[in-house]
Amino acid sequence: MPEPIVSIRDLNKTYKGGYQALKNINLDIYPGEIIALLGPNGAGKTTLISTICGINQPTSGTVTVGGYDTVRDYRETRSLIGLVPQELTTDSFETPWVTVSFSRGLFNKPKDPAYIESVLKDVALWEKKDNKIITLSGGMKRRLLIAKALSHEPRILFLDEPTAGVDVELRRDMWRLVHRLRENGVTVILTTHYIEEAEEMADRVAVIANGEITLVDEKQALMQKLGKKQLILDLSQPLEALPESLPDFDLKLSEDNLQLIYTFESQGERTGITRLMEALRDEGIQFNDLRTAQSSLEEIFVQLVEEA
Amino acid sequence: MNLRAIKSIYAFEMARTRRTILQSVIAPVLSTSLYFVVFGSAIGSRIQEVEGVSYGAFLVPGLIMLSLLTQSISNASFGIYFPKFTGTIYELMSAPVSMIEAVCGYVGAAATKSVMLGLIILLTAFFFVDLRIEHPFLMLLFLILTAITFSLFGFIIGIWADNFEKLQLIPLLVVTPLVFLGGSFYSVSMLSPTWQTITLFNPVLYLVSGFRWSFYEIADVSIWVSLAMITVFMSICLLVLAWIFKTGYRLRS
Repeated sequence: MPEPIVSIRDLNKTYKGGYQALKNINLDIYPGEIIALLGPNGAGKTTLISTICGINQPTSGTVTVGGYDTVRDYRETRSLIGLVPQELTTDSFETPWVTVSFSRGLFNKPKDPAYIESVLKDVALWEKKDNKIITLSGGMKRRLLIAKALSHEPRILFLDEPTAGVDVELRRDMWRLVHRLRENGVTVILTTHYIEEAEEMADRVAVIANGEITLVDEKQALMQKLGKKQLILDLSQPLEALPESLPDFDLKLSEDNLQLIYTFESQGERTGITRLMEALRDEGIQFNDLRTAQSSLEEIFVQLVEEA
Repeated sequence: MNLRAIKSIYAFEMARTRRTILQSVIAPVLSTSLYFVVFGSAIGSRIQEVEGVSYGAFLVPGLIMLSLLTQSISNASFGIYFPKFTGTIYELMSAPVSMIEAVCGYVGAAATKSVMLGLIILLTAFFFVDLRIEHPFLMLLFLILTAITFSLFGFIIGIWADNFEKLQLIPLLVVTPLVFLGGSFYSVSMLSPTWQTITLFNPVLYLVSGFRWSFYEIADVSIWVSLAMITVFMSICLLVLAWIFKTGYRLRS
């Protein structure tokens, strides 16, 4: 296992009013991975990102980035990080070229017009480089914020709800961009409540609810561990009711009485499918077709949040 | 030291001035010219001279100080308040920039603009009155020190303010009255003894007096007292800023 690039230990954040937004967070993030912080609104996702990036001060605990402490060695840690905020906060009367160049200067990087050009091209804003930001669409502003975050060539990119309120096409463009960044060795931490986004992009998922990380796992392992599978049987004849001889099985009958749905644990050693088939044969229930479906990350997430 | 960040903030703020040239430069020059017309012509016809200087010429340092103080506060407070208002402050807060560097960038730009404005008003004054500047370097020193001090003050107001009303509150309700009552348009010696004593508590008196001395060698208080007072104001602003940086007041939660 490589050394984590971000390491969070016993992190707590309590705001002045007494509200505890983060509770004893422990998390390691590894170089080159894409990790999704998944949680409902108000779960603490943005507070966690803001604390790592230095916008919030931790109440207790430590965060190290690239081996440096985010409070003591803030110059080193912030130089490694690019942040794309959730809100579309831009300097309306500036141009993309000026604002991205400004960002690079803030992060103590020498002028590099060729690099700024490549970043603006990457986010498809090169044609708009001299337009006033106020004239750009919401999607363009979102991409501009990504360009600003990339202006100083960060090793870690935080994307706070990167596709909130953008259309499907743009969302897919953004996913492609994130994958390209990862190919270039950038570690990506994204917060989202779009499960589809986490499912599409993330290597690992951390679920955060009420300021606590309730679970961190590989996306695939998480889906396997908590995911349920369904066996759907298309019946030859409609069934009036579930046969009384099948009480041991988690069975449901569809509303049109033409499908029998059997839910089982995908990670279980014994799925019960063979026994179910035998029982159906004994009952004389015939079917034309069968297929399986796996529960999505969304269903797993709902389950986890409900448990929390 | 992140010099590139200072340079970036400074250049960004100066570019804003270029974009808002009407509001930043032309409007104050126009309003100052109106003061010359109203005070110089209307009142100046009744007050011929003040301590051997024509009333029109006597007004010039006070008018420059009026613009310098209000514009320094306005430029610096707006410079830091606007990113807070729009939310773009996140970038500054997450960049490897110390608050001292941020102050150098924002206050440096605000003070530069004010000094430029002061010099433009001075040039404008040459069209209205006969002017002489006995101590040009001292005049410049006063101009620069005052611009920096009140830009620091403006920066503090910009951090403190959490709405546009607060941003205007101190400049309108505190600074402008102090400037008008601080000997900008008259010599303190023209007041009754009681009012003379009260005026000595007005900090702006020391700035205007010292600045006017650099022009005509006439002053309500000693030039050294004026210099000492401006040093005291600057130190107070720096101490308040040091506290803000330490606590993260209104910047970091």
